[in-house]
Amino acid sequence: MENQRMEVTIEVNGNSVMRNIEPRVLLVHFLRDELGLTGTHIGCDTSQCGSCTVLIDGEAVKSCTVLAVQTTGQSVTTVEGLEVDALHPIQAAFKEKHGLQCGFCTPGVMITAVEFLKHNPNPTESEIREGLDGVLCRCTGYETIVRSIQYAASLMVEKESDRKEEVV
Amino acid sequence: MLDVLGQPVKRHEDDRLVRGRGQYTDDIRLPGMVYAHMVRSPHAHAKIKDVDKSAALALPGVLAVFAGADLKDQVGMIPTAWIPPNADMKMTPHPALAYDTVRYVGDGVAVVIAEDPYTASDAADLVRVTYAPLDAVVHPREATGSGQPLVHPEIADNVAFHWSVGDNLDDVFAAAEVVVRQEFRQQRLIPNAMEPRAAVAQYNPATEELTLWATTQNPHIHRLLMSGILGIPEHRLRVVAIDVGGGFGSKIACYPDEVVVAYAARALGRPVKWTETRQENFLATSHGRDHVHEVEIAGTRTGHIEAIRVKAFSNLGAYLSTAAPGVPTILFGLVVNGAYKIPKASVDVYGVVTHTTPVDAYRGAGRPEATYLIERMVDLYAREIAMDPVHVRELNLIPHDSFPYTNPLGLQYDSGHYQGTLSRALQMVDYPAFRRDQEALRKQGKYIGIGFSTYVEMCGLGPSEVAGAVGFQGGLWESATVRVHPTGKVTVFTGASPHGQGEETTFAQIVSHELGIPVEDIEVVHGDTARIAMGWGTYGSRTTVVGGAALHMATQKIIEKATKIAAHKLEVSELDVTFEAGQFGVAGVPDQGVTFQSVALDAYLAWNLPEGIEPALEATAFYNPKNFTYPFGAHVAVVSVDASTGDVELLRYIAVDDVGNIINPMIVEGQIHGGLVQGIGQALYEGAEFDDRGQLVTGSFLDYAMPKARFFPRFETDHTVTPSPHNPLGVKGVGETGAIASTPAVVNAVMDALAPLGIRDIAMPLTPQRVWDAIQREGGI
Repeated sequence: MENQRMEVTIEVNGNSVMRNIEPRVLLVHFLRDELGLTGTHIGCDTSQCGSCTVLIDGEAVKSCTVLAVQTTGQSVTTVEGLEVDALHPIQAAFKEKHGLQCGFCTPGVMITAVEFLKHNPNPTESEIREGLDGVLCRCTGYETIVRSIQYAASLMVEKESDRKEEVV
Repeated sequence: MLDVLGQPVKRHEDDRLVRGRGQYTDDIRLPGMVYAHMVRSPHAHAKIKDVDKSAALALPGVLAVFAGADLKDQVGMIPTAWIPPNADMKMTPHPALAYDTVRYVGDGVAVVIAEDPYTASDAADLVRVTYAPLDAVVHPREATGSGQPLVHPEIADNVAFHWSVGDNLDDVFAAAEVVVRQEFRQQRLIPNAMEPRAAVAQYNPATEELTLWATTQNPHIHRLLMSGILGIPEHRLRVVAIDVGGGFGSKIACYPDEVVVAYAARALGRPVKWTETRQENFLATSHGRDHVHEVEIAGTRTGHIEAIRVKAFSNLGAYLSTAAPGVPTILFGLVVNGAYKIPKASVDVYGVVTHTTPVDAYRGAGRPEATYLIERMVDLYAREIAMDPVHVRELNLIPHDSFPYTNPLGLQYDSGHYQGTLSRALQMVDYPAFRRDQEALRKQGKYIGIGFSTYVEMCGLGPSEVAGAVGFQGGLWESATVRVHPTGKVTVFTGASPHGQGEETTFAQIVSHELGIPVEDIEVVHGDTARIAMGWGTYGSRTTVVGGAALHMATQKIIEKATKIAAHKLEVSELDVTFEAGQFGVAGVPDQGVTFQSVALDAYLAWNLPEGIEPALEATAFYNPKNFTYPFGAHVAVVSVDASTGDVELLRYIAVDDVGNIINPMIVEGQIHGGLVQGIGQALYEGAEFDDRGQLVTGSFLDYAMPKARFFPRFETDHTVTPSPHNPLGVKGVGETGAIASTPAVVNAVMDALAPLGIRDIAMPLTPQRVWDAIQREGGI
């Protein structure tokens, strides 16, 4: 198998990483086993649960459906990369609004929400519920996840207006 | 400092979990670790003729292949830990790996150990197992018929036990004005905690100690059972479960995979990790429910229920899982009268083995099954006597001045005000307005319906004497140790094992309230048998009820000792010492006092302790509850049914619960929401199906409908507070109420919507196809 290995260079959470790996290694296994980024979880094997969702060049992707070698030259963000100086608004909101219980689906749900809010910064409740179609949570009943995303949206709007004020 | 008891304190757990720093079993990586992959039976019933390991062993990177025959004499059978009395229960010998016969699709046959997980998976495909397939049985009632294939040759008619309670009610039913009969299928559910099961084992040959990290709700029960299975003395076995990604009952059981991993780690001298796939989780992690109920209710024309009689066939799967026999008996049969003062009840339960995945506890465990049948029967009875189902409930609910109330099967309900929660729910839904709207819409050919569930359940498992009397092979008390450090910071050690329920926060609130110190100064440790002497784990909504009470007792011991030290320091009588908000003072002398923290330091310095007082400040308590606790409430579902497609839409859901005193309302609401979605999921979406050959045809998230966010309206919740009189915190348990109450509320609502069409029952889940079929059977619209 050794001769079949391929070199990948990926930017993960802002750091460039280079590894020699089997071409069949899934991105989620690469993140967890090669890089030790165990915040990204594996909840199924049919791309339904969304626990493994990461951002690839800013788009939410289920990392169990992507080969690590396919992401060569791309930028991957995992839950570990959300926090810069302080908790990301989505992380702060999930804590504030009790958006998690066991926490297993949470990283994937938060990443999904980050991308969702990028495209729809001021969503309605029903838009959020539709936007969560790609993730499963067995603990919360989803309502506190919806509240968390609404609250994160308000925090991000505040942050954006602060930034604009600074610029002015 | 703010008293945090009753406040929505944000969860301490979340600081690590939102950062992706949880420590789930699959996150563990040890030096030299190797990986296990199971080979599972594709047949529901077959003889194993041969296991050929050669091709697998030839693959580079493969360290070992163990088949059933290799483990047979090395490890013991997986035991059953609940043996209901007077039920003539037969054991179902369950080897860690099957060596002679496989009994369900997913039964473990062999394990491959390799240097990396991909190689282990490749090699598992190369293990050639030759089977001689046999006929299978899958349905619990049919399996008891003569001439059916036997799951275990020594268990005649596949009946593993027959458990009965109550009197012969033939005369009552013969004399009754009204008798209503109905059969219900309580379909099989798949718990599907989002974290699949996993286990990591490491053996230390120097100390002869084995450490097992496992996805378990009860590490100490695991240690006890694994000790017997593996032949490793309990003091050399450590079971650890730090973060567990949901359980819902499916992580109570002691599983073969954990035994196999532990065996392999010792045999190979390398740490071994095993993580199941979701497909394996569907096949080989315990399922829930799966009963057939034949129910009869006797009553008067004027709405008074006189008796209930139940015959139940409970499908237990191929082997009796750890707690399985207790679920359809004790946790089900004793509460079939629900919240109603029904004078007589009789229950007959047949525990049946079939060629299917073992069934064990699933959120509510027995109580959802009981609640479903009584709440559905109340509605059917109301329809029979042409009375409003709310009025029938009001006539039959146990009156609030009747507590403690002894039900016809001997349980003593602790406290309640059932009419109170119903009245509040009726007010929230505006019942008269709903009936007016319903009438108007029916004239337009539109079907909306309302369904009620005025439930009670028993939880807070439970008094140890009762555990013994009902055949649970363990105690059900709980332990707590409060260790006050010299700086006044506190570590709490609990024998409960929360895995999402938030007790790292709730327990800190209890200690903060009692000791008057900030929640940030308190750390709660759980899930490690090396750090916690003993405990019984988290299930049956017992953690805060039993574990919280133990913590309260341990904290009181701390206050008692600290008071003595403070009195000595203040040079006053102990009787004159006051303790409030973390300050020891002297009654009537406002300017004298010492802080809790300074007393903690004095306790450790021990320079000047009162006579007879030992140094340090630590206390352990063991709380053995006097009774179960009985949460209750009234749930209301409002649905619309599209009669042309059979599609059910949940328009409103109202839950008014009484779970006693509330320590953290935010967490309590979250527990209720989560339970609701699982209970409504059973009513409308979820259901495991096997074909006649025992193949699970709902074996992935593509085929098994997991509830999603867009399926639900915003829930409307409220509560009343009736403290449990015998629990020192007055709490009742909240983990299962939503799952217990909601299923019949939703089904009652759909039947109410379809009442004009003459439809009285549809088997769950109420998928559009089933609803549409029922409408067509009744002649359509």
